[in-house]
Amino acid sequence: MNTKTTLRITYREALKHGLREALINDDMVFLMGEDVGRYGGAFAVSKGFLEEFGEDRIMDVPLSESGFVGAGIGAALGGMRPIVEVMTVNFSLLALDQIINNASTLLHMSGGQINVPVVIRMNSGIGNQLAAQHSHSWEPFYAHVPGLKVVSVGTHEDARGMLLTALESPDPVIIFEYTSLLNMESEIPLDSGAMDIDKAKVRREGKDVSIITYGPGVYKALAAAEELNLSGIDAEVVDLRVLNPIDNETILTSVAKTHRVLIVEEAWRSVSISSEIISRIMEHAFFDLDAPVQRLCGVEVPIPYPKHLEDASIPQKEDIVNSILNMVQYD
Amino acid sequence: MNDQEVKATIFKLLHKIAPDIDPEELEMNDNIREVFGIDSFDFLQFIIGLDEKFGVTTPEDDYGKITTLNALISYIKSAK
Amino acid sequence: MIEFKMPSLGADMEDGTLVEWRVKSGEAVKRGDIIADVDTQKGLIEIEVFEEGTVDRLVVKEGEKVPVGTVMATIIPIGALESSRKESVQVKAVSEVKQKAKTQITTEPAKQPLKEGSIVSHKHLKISPLAKRMAVEKGIDLTTIKGSGPEGSIVKKDIELAAKTKEESHMEASEEKKEIASRGIRDAIAMAMSRSNREIPHFYLETRIDISKALEWLKETNKERELKDRLLSVVLLIKATARAIKEVPVVNAYWENGLQLKDVINIGFAVSLRKGGVVIPAIHDADQKSPAELMTLLKDLIPRARALKLRSSELSESTITLTNVGEGNVDKVFGVIYPPQVAIIGFGNIVEEAWAENGAISARPVIHVTLAADHRAIDGYLAGRFLTALKHHLQNPETL
Repeated sequence: MNTKTTLRITYREALKHGLREALINDDMVFLMGEDVGRYGGAFAVSKGFLEEFGEDRIMDVPLSESGFVGAGIGAALGGMRPIVEVMTVNFSLLALDQIINNASTLLHMSGGQINVPVVIRMNSGIGNQLAAQHSHSWEPFYAHVPGLKVVSVGTHEDARGMLLTALESPDPVIIFEYTSLLNMESEIPLDSGAMDIDKAKVRREGKDVSIITYGPGVYKALAAAEELNLSGIDAEVVDLRVLNPIDNETILTSVAKTHRVLIVEEAWRSVSISSEIISRIMEHAFFDLDAPVQRLCGVEVPIPYPKHLEDASIPQKEDIVNSILNMVQYD
Repeated sequence: MNDQEVKATIFKLLHKIAPDIDPEELEMNDNIREVFGIDSFDFLQFIIGLDEKFGVTTPEDDYGKITTLNALISYIKSAK
Repeated sequence: MIEFKMPSLGADMEDGTLVEWRVKSGEAVKRGDIIADVDTQKGLIEIEVFEEGTVDRLVVKEGEKVPVGTVMATIIPIGALESSRKESVQVKAVSEVKQKAKTQITTEPAKQPLKEGSIVSHKHLKISPLAKRMAVEKGIDLTTIKGSGPEGSIVKKDIELAAKTKEESHMEASEEKKEIASRGIRDAIAMAMSRSNREIPHFYLETRIDISKALEWLKETNKERELKDRLLSVVLLIKATARAIKEVPVVNAYWENGLQLKDVINIGFAVSLRKGGVVIPAIHDADQKSPAELMTLLKDLIPRARALKLRSSELSESTITLTNVGEGNVDKVFGVIYPPQVAIIGFGNIVEEAWAENGAISARPVIHVTLAADHRAIDGYLAGRFLTALKHHLQNPETL
């Protein structure tokens, strides 16, 4: 009997499926980045693509982030749909001038005449013992910039589908993918396809407390919610997904329902996405709050190399469970 | 509506006006206003209540015809 | 700062028990708002405020019994809110500096600048925004709740519990209150009437009035009216009394350190309670109201009076009393004046009597009217003039 409607797949494979579909769908789409071709991608996401799509569409580039991201922006201006892969998020700092001064501003500076439909993918986050320089969470940096759409791929379905929608955008989209999730397996629907890049999503409905998170926080929060469920606490999990512009509606609806919020993110605490979410809750949902908003963020140190210290530097499932037990202990 | 139902509705009206008196104490031929200590104000509220419940608009000239429970019930039945 | 004091709802009132605050600290109030329920001997009274502003502090606690004139709450007058806040902070700051100066005098003069935190009251109530909002919606007094949340804060759960308790206790309390109130009424009447008979030299006049014209007029009017809009003869009695007061104003007065004429005509209308007791709500400005308006007013006033749910102004502002306790029962009633008023008018039952006029006798509907007057304030001549005026007006109902 063959009634299977889901596919068991790793996060890496999900990214690969999405990328491949994008390349097949549109001849104007091409992938450029360090080691994406002959090596098959630093994280093996584009393995075999060079053979399948050829050198024109799978383009290895020199180790010059400013140069190739700029080239990608140029290609977008010229009518192409480039997917620029920046190996890990720290290297994107070298391309920050191109991204912030060109990609995000040209529409404004041309008086609305020039769109920059470039998609920039970066591998981000903590968890593979890549040490201080390769374990950054730069989501807050990019989310700060008007003119950039910033999305965070926290689930397999989004890994499979967000890229496809990003390529439809006439304006630059930054996609954060997560090193720590690459080997993780999950089920996605067989017909899984393009996913929206506008709305936050409630990943688990609950009534007692809202866990608002993104990226690697999503699966951790879901696991924590299941554990909390055993203690009779019904936690809602909101996956932000889009970090700029932030979807207020989904957040505020959840706050109005649960009246208590824990925000979970791996980025450093100060001036972070959680800072922004808390501000918005204060501005729009103050009178729905029954407790101070809490947050679990990355410890504000350079990310350590040793596994146990690395784990200790970011919120884990147990931390989420404990924080929430603490918040609801008065019930 | 039979006599018992009419009576029950009348008792409800009386209870609303004079909540501290038990309508069951009322005999069929007692003077309602005397037993309940109903003044003209209360009586008007009672007449308004009769209109609402039974659709019977009692002219002032007929006030004398509805002094007892017996009289009131037959008055309501004939007026309907 | 306005001091809101336990009002006197009559000369005989000495104290009152605050049953419930209807406002909270920080709430805006305007003239006529009901801010508290006070249990007095005359029942559970809704107390109105006559100032506009913001409630600052509720001084008296619910359940506390305090003498008339006790400051129950302070109210910040409208417009003064900002300045008074600053002022109070400054006052605190100054007093703290003084305090410090005192304690440090042996060492060295106080030099440290006042830290911001030291000004803030440490008694700040911790309450979640949601709980605060819910408390407003449900009318819960936050100062009476013990918080169960973090740092002793009041949270949603506490409000829900308080709302439930309030609802339950309300249902029990209202019955209980009625019981206590009706006992209190007995005492209040006893006190006021004793004082009246002790202090007031009453004299009584009586006249009988042919009321056939008034009844006919009423009948005609009521024919054109919907059932629910029908007028009762009592509104004509009230209206005619108000008119007569206009002509002979001396009956509408207080005797308090001498005669004090009142320039408003607030007729206290005696409402009997079935289980004993009488409550006298004021019909404000009765002279300015039409019979129909009076009727509407009575429909509101009488049921509330019977339920002992009157407002403070309705209890304390009568300038003369009218009783028609005779209605349906007796022909004449001679009242006892309610001090410090100087007159009470009594209407008996409307009865058919033999009436001699122009040398002939006929049967007419007649009402006996009495006036009990305070001889310190009024003499026979003016009292007689008053009854004559009343007669005149009742015999010309179309002008009422």
